[in-house]
Amino acid sequence: MHELAVAQALVEQVDAVIGQHQASCATAIRVRIGPLAGVVPELLATAFPLAAAGSRMEHAALEFTHAPIQVRCQTCGAETEAAMNRLLCGACGDWHTRIISGDELLLESVELEMDTPHSLPLTPHPQNV
Amino acid sequence: MCDTCGCNLTPGNQHLAFKPVARGTTAVSVLKGLLAKNDDQAGHNRAHFDRRGILAINLMSSPGSGKTALLEATLTALKNELTCAVIEGDLETENDAERIRAKGVQAYQIVTGTACHLDAHLVHDALHHMTLDGIDLLFIENVGNLVCPASFDLGQHLNVTLLSVTEGDDKPAKYPVMFRAADAMLLTKTDLLAVLDDFDPDKAEAHLRKLANPAPVMRLSARKDLGMDAWLTWLRDQLAAQRARVAIGQSRRPAIQGDGMKYHSVTA
Repeated sequence: MHELAVAQALVEQVDAVIGQHQASCATAIRVRIGPLAGVVPELLATAFPLAAAGSRMEHAALEFTHAPIQVRCQTCGAETEAAMNRLLCGACGDWHTRIISGDELLLESVELEMDTPHSLPLTPHPQNV
Repeated sequence: MCDTCGCNLTPGNQHLAFKPVARGTTAVSVLKGLLAKNDDQAGHNRAHFDRRGILAINLMSSPGSGKTALLEATLTALKNELTCAVIEGDLETENDAERIRAKGVQAYQIVTGTACHLDAHLVHDALHHMTLDGIDLLFIENVGNLVCPASFDLGQHLNVTLLSVTEGDDKPAKYPVMFRAADAMLLTKTDLLAVLDDFDPDKAEAHLRKLANPAPVMRLSARKDLGMDAWLTWLRDQLAAQRARVAIGQSRRPAIQGDGMKYHSVTA
């Protein structure tokens, strides 16, 4: 349910990127979400068009990078994959681990369409005169 | 893992950030936390608290697991010792704030309407309606919900997650994002354990450890005044730790942030 709030935050951030690069609009947005971020990509994809309506990214494709859960064991040092509710070391089984991947909620990249230059004066085409 | 400076970019993922694009378009790598604006506001709130030496605690749980009852008992016990204040978050009504005010404690009610969680901006607005000078402990009672509140930093120093024994002891396994964010887990309503033979407190704690969470687990009943001493002692210790941090210009982010763990050694 909070994915709409996340989608609104995403739209604000992408809008800032569009502004910084003096682009006309965003055509693709790539987001990296780990399962432990507490945001469901499918729900974010549903909420995004609502948050983006009328904005400079309303036609942008929202793409997701899956971030697998990986933990580093503080006891044996191994780096292993883990399940969302079982963040134990895959090598020795200890629970003294730290997440090294899987809790990200990142705006990874944005594809921008640049403004067309307006330096040339608009003159009617000879055939249309 | 750093979400802001770009050090997340590795040979393994940079093709995603710099993938070739069609003519007339350009790809921009951002690698910034999606909730950066909320996090900035949360940092601002935390600076407010640190400047005044306040310890801010975010209480999270399902609806009805006893957050307000815990606060009532806590505020009564600390009445002559510490100055507390409370921010209440609910979809509707002033009921919880009125219960706190009945204890003679300052309370501000955030009515979220339909929003399922508090965010840093809502808390900041609430702070502007409160008198923070002289406050030792600020409790933020989040909206009763084991899902959404876990993803939003409010500027608190600690997350306390309640699990009442009328729920399942496997809640930490079912809601890992929430319970991973806990700096302390409270098993509440333990007076009912005598009649609820299907809740095993040891299992609940084991499920928390499977989330690699070293947080202390305290068993208590606020209504029957059981086990409250350990909780009150923990609060006093955390306040002392906060004052020690403030004295040397440091702060602490709750476990909800990936790199919040680095501060655990300070308070563990």
